[in-house]
Amino acid sequence: MAAKFWQSLTNPLVSDNPVTLQILGICSALAVTTSLDTALVMTIAVTTVLGISGLSVSLIRTWLPRSIRIIVQITIIASLVILVDLILKAYLFELGKRLSVFVGLIVTNCIVLGRAEGFAMRNGPLPSLLDGLGNGLGYGMVLMIVGAIRELAGHGSLFGAPVFLPVTQGGGFEPLHLMLLPPSAFFIIAGIIWYIRHRRPEQVEESEYQAPNQQEGQGS
Amino acid sequence: MGPAEQLKQKPSYALTVALVVAVVCALVVSIAAVTLRPLDQANLKAEREARLASILEALESTVGTADGLDIQARVVELDTGAYDDSIDANLFDAVKAGLDPATSTSIPPESDPAGLKRRANHAVVYLSGDDTGKPELIILPVWGVGYQSALRGFLALDGKAERIHALKFYEQGETPGLGSRIQDAEWEAKWPGKQPYNANREVQIEVGGSGHSRDVSRVDGISGATRTTQGVNTLIRFWLGDLGFGPYLERLRDGDN
Repeated sequence: MAAKFWQSLTNPLVSDNPVTLQILGICSALAVTTSLDTALVMTIAVTTVLGISGLSVSLIRTWLPRSIRIIVQITIIASLVILVDLILKAYLFELGKRLSVFVGLIVTNCIVLGRAEGFAMRNGPLPSLLDGLGNGLGYGMVLMIVGAIRELAGHGSLFGAPVFLPVTQGGGFEPLHLMLLPPSAFFIIAGIIWYIRHRRPEQVEESEYQAPNQQEGQGS
Repeated sequence: MGPAEQLKQKPSYALTVALVVAVVCALVVSIAAVTLRPLDQANLKAEREARLASILEALESTVGTADGLDIQARVVELDTGAYDDSIDANLFDAVKAGLDPATSTSIPPESDPAGLKRRANHAVVYLSGDDTGKPELIILPVWGVGYQSALRGFLALDGKAERIHALKFYEQGETPGLGSRIQDAEWEAKWPGKQPYNANREVQIEVGGSGHSRDVSRVDGISGATRTTQGVNTLIRFWLGDLGFGPYLERLRDGDN
């Protein structure tokens, strides 16, 4: 039993990662990963919302009529997101301002609704909580890797602490400004996905369309 | 299908569940909002003070006082435009006063393009060089409604209200990257040198609209943020007008204060 709980927490990290396997939550992964501190706060926010929404949806799942289940899930998720936003504004004002709209957009993050509908509706409260936390951490892990690469290459720092001294301050490091632009997050996430699927070929999706064999069309 | 399943099919059951969930969620959110409000307010106050400090810093070079600006806060009664020293400027809470019917006036809809609905009877102005009753610099608090949030900021004018020194917003919740650019240095840089009033002392400054950005009566809007631009336009025109600081500035120019 304990092993099963452990699995629902660790599975989403690599073998069932919401970002790299299911390709969900990419939008916010692009937006908040220009530096590590925003990536970390976003990770905590999403993990909290995922965990508590999984728990609450699971708790009321037997009373929930099928016809209104999605809207009830969204209501719960939206309330949690407002809560997280209020707490950020109260305790982490500056960071909260930099994350601004992206915290609000956790509501529309496919991972959150996906876990509520796909897992919490069919499982008990504890597994749902762990599944939510696990998925949040899986999402956060990708965010942190992307954030670390982008901040290091774009600013030469980690968590705002200088690692390489930029040329402008007399050092030998030329900041790579492309890394601060959204496309670079695409490249890095694509690189991570490629690496994971290279190591674990079972994650490679089947092609949806097989090109017709050219040899058959030739001839007469 | 069991009796429990049949119950769940009924619309009244679905409505009840929806209602219960909505009430519980509303309660949680409201309680959190109320308990966290003091912290949020403190953050906003710090932000407001930081913005005021940054305006002063930016103005020190413009106005050209070598030994820094000596800023004095005074309370003005907006209707008459006279100073009211019976109120302590340091304790005056403009937001609170603006909500209380006893200390505020409702604005008739036809003269309320900025959508303020009510405004406080008094306001705190910040003055520099006021020893002889003739300030070199006037900083006025202004607020209004943008696309989706309240905009609060400071408008700095020269002592005769002939030129704008700066407009800086310290509070806004507009769309990031669009309306939120009213806080960008690039947009703030469009304001210094503009002339708020024409020769007949009528408000002429306009934000957005057509015309050339070099006009002293016009400031470029922000593309993609039409409603925010319009909000800034109406709020500036309101606060410079008769129901805002118009009477006060008039008195200053005539030397009645």
